[in-house]
Amino acid sequence: MNIIVCVKQVPGTSNVEVDPVTGVLKRDGTSVKLNPYDLFALEAAFRIREKAGGSITALSMGPGQAAGSLLEAVYMGADRGVLLTDRLFAGADVQATSYVLKCGVEKIGDFDLIVCGKQTTDGDTAQVGPELAEQLGIEHAAGVVSIDEVGEDSITVTLDLDSAVQTQKMKLPCLITVAKDIFTPRLPSFRRRFETSSDAVTAYTAADLGGIDPSRCGLKGSPTQVERIFPPETRGEREFYDGDDPAGRLFSILSEGRYL
Amino acid sequence: MGLVIHNEKIDRAAAEKLMALCPFSAIGYEGGKLSIGAGCRMCRLCVKKGPSGAVTFEEERRGCDKSAWTGIAVFAEQRGGRIHPVSLELAGKARELARVTGHPVLALLIGDGVGNAAEELLEYGIDKVYLYDDPAFRDFLISPYAAAFADFIEKAKPSSILVGATSLGRSLAPKVAARVRAGLTADCTMLEMKENTDLVQIRPAFGGNIMAQIVTPNTRPQFCTVRYKIFSSPERGEPHGETVRMPVPEEMKAGRTEIIKILKKPEETDISDAETIVAVGRGLRSKEDLALAEKLCSLLHARLACTRPLVEAGWLDAKKQIGLSGRTVKPKLIITLGISGSVQFAAGMRGADRIIAVNSDPDAPIFSIAHHGIVGDLYEVVPALLKKAEEAGHVL
Ligand SMILES: Cc1cc2nc3c(=O)[nH]c(=O)nc-3n(C[C@H](O)[C@H](O)[C@H](O)COP(=O)(O)OP(=O)(O)OC[C@H]3O[C@@H](n4cnc5c(N)ncnc54)[C@H](O)[C@@H]3O)c2cc1C
Ligand SMILES: Nc1ncnc2c1ncn2[C@@H]1O[C@H](COP(=O)(O)O)[C@@H](O)[C@H]1O
Repeated sequence: MNIIVCVKQVPGTSNVEVDPVTGVLKRDGTSVKLNPYDLFALEAAFRIREKAGGSITALSMGPGQAAGSLLEAVYMGADRGVLLTDRLFAGADVQATSYVLKCGVEKIGDFDLIVCGKQTTDGDTAQVGPELAEQLGIEHAAGVVSIDEVGEDSITVTLDLDSAVQTQKMKLPCLITVAKDIFTPRLPSFRRRFETSSDAVTAYTAADLGGIDPSRCGLKGSPTQVERIFPPETRGEREFYDGDDPAGRLFSILSEGRYL
Repeated sequence: MGLVIHNEKIDRAAAEKLMALCPFSAIGYEGGKLSIGAGCRMCRLCVKKGPSGAVTFEEERRGCDKSAWTGIAVFAEQRGGRIHPVSLELAGKARELARVTGHPVLALLIGDGVGNAAEELLEYGIDKVYLYDDPAFRDFLISPYAAAFADFIEKAKPSSILVGATSLGRSLAPKVAARVRAGLTADCTMLEMKENTDLVQIRPAFGGNIMAQIVTPNTRPQFCTVRYKIFSSPERGEPHGETVRMPVPEEMKAGRTEIIKILKKPEETDISDAETIVAVGRGLRSKEDLALAEKLCSLLHARLACTRPLVEAGWLDAKKQIGLSGRTVKPKLIITLGISGSVQFAAGMRGADRIIAVNSDPDAPIFSIAHHGIVGDLYEVVPALLKKAEEAGHVL
């Protein structure tokens, strides 16, 4: 079975703030990491490969340095990495991201299954997977909590639907997004790090993806636009008690509000 | 289209200023030429705060006849004929938004034998319910549901579509949005409407302490998802609208997935519908100290909840986590103990009627959203409060 796992490199910290006076975005450091939710996607793919054989390609759209995260996926156990990187891809929303990923999947060619993480810690939408599936014209299951059976031409998975869990058999090819904790992700292997050759990750630009429509990439291909960013509002009427008897003050708030 | 670099206006000093400004380190300068790399997120700070004219933003005019799209639509999610409360909340919000544009409020209802649910929707002020009623829609299967949804969009041409961010909604909305190439904004915490029918979607962004205001200026429909309990549920009233039964042709039912079994999850005492909540954060030093918070819970008949680090530490179940990646709560009262008040946490509880925060750090961000901010050590405040309550005759 040929599996593609979509992974993204995300900022290492989430300490982003807007200066309330100047409106400037402050972000400390430039550390990056592999999106933690994608570790579960990778692990799910490894488990499926153990049962069904085949190969695993980790796919990412991002800046050049995202190759590092793809290498990490290879050290964990992926057979190779494919990075889609081009200035044309910058500023992509969900739709443009999934379009470029679709072009990447088509470039890779043969696949039976695509596995995505549930969400990213920076985009945080949980929508790229389902949109990618639709762009490829395949079905998806979102929020898969267990993989129950891997067949020749189908996969049986259980997904969380809030009030119920649904087990369903899906024809391949299809796409799944896996819930956090579906399996415990393995650590990158030192031996693999040692043995991996430098061509384990291939980078493609827009030009390499022949037939890609530039008007559907990056900001240009993004129907949504960020109009403004601002710090979260602070409320008007509020009490700030910094006195000597906090417990007493709390007691009177609770009594006066009839919460006791 | 996008960012245009005007190298003739950029010297080394200007380039350095721009590079320092970019929060994503996407700007480079080599051989006297500025470049913007793939790391760019189009935050456009370089345009707004950089040397004047150095980088500009060229907007492209993409044609879309917005007037051809009218109506604010709500996807009315149902299970077993019961409308999910988030859909009713969205119906209320849609009505509010519709006041700006004068658009009708539409509902899309997909299910099997759910005519009664359509009647119920009308009582919540829906002008027109589009009903796709067929045994093929008894359970959630992505292809038939998406086909019905896309059919609705084609027939009704709604300008905005509001979907509850339930598991089902978060799976279905992106599928359909991709099909009709619509913009989709996930987990909005505020919605406003412009007179030109652009839906203003506000959500926490960049994984950090920022709100982003997002619009879909050039295409229709505009899609968003909203979590349960972000908005209030509307009053029930006299129905005035109508239900239209939509044809369900065979090809709408086709799919490649077969349901093997569905298991109902046991009812939990969920924090989502708790009236009173005591929430604890990293100010708590050990798992054993949860007992202190539990005592306060029993005094107030409250349910216990927490921030994400406590779930990560394994102290409490993930179902008890409030926030962007946890539950949204809307209690009458929430007391936070030792919680800093990150935007992700706040996103899940700002709708509380009353917020009381106890934190030893007077600068903690929680104080900017709390109605009552109390500076104090929870290990002193809570025991002293319990003692006072006991003295006043309350049973713990
Ligand atoms: C994409 C994303 C999603 C996230 N989703 C969520 C989410 O859903 N929910 C969530 O909670 N977090 C979420 N987070 C994490 C969030 O950013 C914060 O890290 C987290 O909320 C902080 O939890 P805290 O307030 O308990 O801890 P801290 O930020 O460490 O705050 C502890 C506070 O306790 C105070 N304190 C210490 N000792 C005492 C004492 N003795 N008495 C009183 N006060 C004391 C300190 O002054 C401090 O303010 C998310 C992060 C990301 C990036
Ligand atoms: N730029 C990207 N490259 C590759 N995969 C991505 C990218 N963005 C998102 N994904 C995949 O889509 C999932 C959901 O991301 P999101 O919609 O951003 O929350 C992630 O867990 C990844 O599997």
